Amino acid sequence: MLQWTLGKATGSYPDVPYEEKERLFLEVKEDPRYEDFLYGCYECGICVSACPSARFYDYSPRVIAQAMAREDVDRFYEILVEDIWNCAQCFSCVRCPRQNNPGGLVTLIREVAVRNGIQETRDVLQGYTRVIYKVMLKGNQVSPDMLQPDFFPDWGPWVQSFRGNMNIWRQAIPVDTLRGVTDAAWETDENTLRELYTIWFETGNIDIIEEVDEGLYELLVDVMEEELEEWE
Amino acid sequence: MTVAGFIPIDNIMEKKARPVSRPPDQAHAHDIREELFELEAKGELIVHRVPEPYVEVETKFGRKKKIPIEHTWHHKSCGQCGHIPGYTASIFWLHRQFGLDYTDPSDQTSCTGWNYYASGTSNSVAQMAVMGRNFAAAYQEGYYPLIHCGTSFGHYKEVREQLVHHADLRAQTRRVLEKLGKPLVVPEEIVHYSEWVHVMRHRIAERQVVDMSNLTACVHPACHYHKIVVEDAIYDPEIYGGQRTATVTGLLQALGMNVADYSTWFDCCGFGFRHVLVQRDFTRSFAVLRKIEVMKNEIDPDITVTHDTGCVTTLDKSQFAAKAHERNVGVPVLSDAQVAALAMGAHPFRVVQLHWHSTDWRPLMEKLGIDWERYWEEFQEDLEAIKRGETIMTWDKADPVAIAA
Ligand code: SF4
Ligand code: SF4
Repeated sequence: MLQWTLGKATGSYPDVPYEEKERLFLEVKEDPRYEDFLYGCYECGICVSACPSARFYDYSPRVIAQAMAREDVDRFYEILVEDIWNCAQCFSCVRCPRQNNPGGLVTLIREVAVRNGIQETRDVLQGYTRVIYKVMLKGNQVSPDMLQPDFFPDWGPWVQSFRGNMNIWRQAIPVDTLRGVTDAAWETDENTLRELYTIWFETGNIDIIEEVDEGLYELLVDVMEEELEEWE
Repeated sequence: MTVAGFIPIDNIMEKKARPVSRPPDQAHAHDIREELFELEAKGELIVHRVPEPYVEVETKFGRKKKIPIEHTWHHKSCGQCGHIPGYTASIFWLHRQFGLDYTDPSDQTSCTGWNYYASGTSNSVAQMAVMGRNFAAAYQEGYYPLIHCGTSFGHYKEVREQLVHHADLRAQTRRVLEKLGKPLVVPEEIVHYSEWVHVMRHRIAERQVVDMSNLTACVHPACHYHKIVVEDAIYDPEIYGGQRTATVTGLLQALGMNVADYSTWFDCCGFGFRHVLVQRDFTRSFAVLRKIEVMKNEIDPDITVTHDTGCVTTLDKSQFAAKAHERNVGVPVLSDAQVAALAMGAHPFRVVQLHWHSTDWRPLMEKLGIDWERYWEEFQEDLEAIKRGETIMTWDKADPVAIAA
């Protein structure tokens, strides 16, 4: 069976000017971590043999390392648009004998895709933005109240029974910082969260969110600015 | 039977099992601590020293790593605390059983690495600053960070490498931390709780009250534990001949379990960071087809034990849908900390919080001779009393060893 379709071997985005693809490519290359993640490629496929995403998607860490090493700008653009969100970020591919980190390259390409508001990236992240809201405001990726049957139907009746018991089960945890907390993973100090918001502003992280979802960006800025004003 | 020209399989197995050990001074990987101390001497950062008492253990290429026993600042995991709270409670319970000094801070955020690996909606300086803020908080409190999450552990190690090797990123991070009135602090060792469990395993076994010698277990080594900054994970020549990480397996062997090997041990669990939250067809398929079903077909274990948030969640919660498709599943999944706590007689619900796990754990309890129904009844009484406002669940209630030898 063909794992890599012909469409992927040719420039499939002729409408996007080469200069634009090159600009994005150079943005990835300019990341100071780029040189730590790519030394060339033997094309041996050892990364592919360990890669979970290669088993279930039309996806290959070898192609990513190769395309980047050959500076194949057209192929890079296809990777940026089509491939990067398949990666599971497990870093099984770091067993590369050339000491590459294809998963790390994916991280860098994702950052560039997000920063540049690439439409396909916005589409992929659409269902995920409520998690971004949680992590930026609460400093926790997940919380008990996110476990809802609508979102986790495949986890079976356990989710249903959990919802009925969430509040009382949370009360019945002996760890002080967890007890009774349902909208975050643990109770975080107000000042700690304000420091976190300061980090999001000072590092430009909040501006990145604007490229993914303007509505979410405005909401976050409103809440965080109000908190920080009170603090001052 | 020996076939001409082939090495008998027993000889190969014997050779593979023979311990390989390397003297620390010949370790081929660089020792990042040397660079950290140099930067400290130049006034660029503060290195947080591992407090006494600590135990030194061997890592992948021979470097000795210091694992602190106490005075630890527990860097909690959002996935554990949010969705598997018995994982967190078990880690604390073990510390309390040994009377070890620790702190459970509320001045802590998650590493935010889960989001970074899921969505890329951050940047390197933000990630460094989040890490630096947490480490400075630990330093200022006078306790040493013990990282509960495998991803936080791997992510912080990688971020530490980048911080050390890129002066510009370091300068930017320092500037952000200055705004918060915090120094740039980097721990001498980044330590995962499962490393603490590993060095404590014989003390845990000494206080074991639940016999586990009739159990067969499969171990899933967490990717972000042993695949990110690979040279920093614990390897022990006596465990797998030093050919894969010793954490988790070391504990289970000390508790008398039969740890059985399976062919896809190196594979990830299928978590995928974004996938597990919004694209679980991949997560489920991988967790079942490449992990649980392989374990079932090759070993049929009583339990799968792992040492990270995402792995416990993925391997446990993915089994329901697979069962509906009549796949060969049905293995309870616990963390090493929960297994250690159960072995020492922790209450299965007040401490280990088994009710947060989805795959049926009752057959496991029965095989261990634990009368789970009795403990469940007790826990239901707790819940009723909490509802009536008569009590709250505190350590006073959860600390006592519940399971008699
Ligand atoms: S990090 Fe991505 S590319 Fe590397 S092995 Fe994992 S899924 Fe594959
Ligand atoms: S393992 Fe490394 S050298 Fe081999 S194909 Fe993958 S990236 Fe290239």
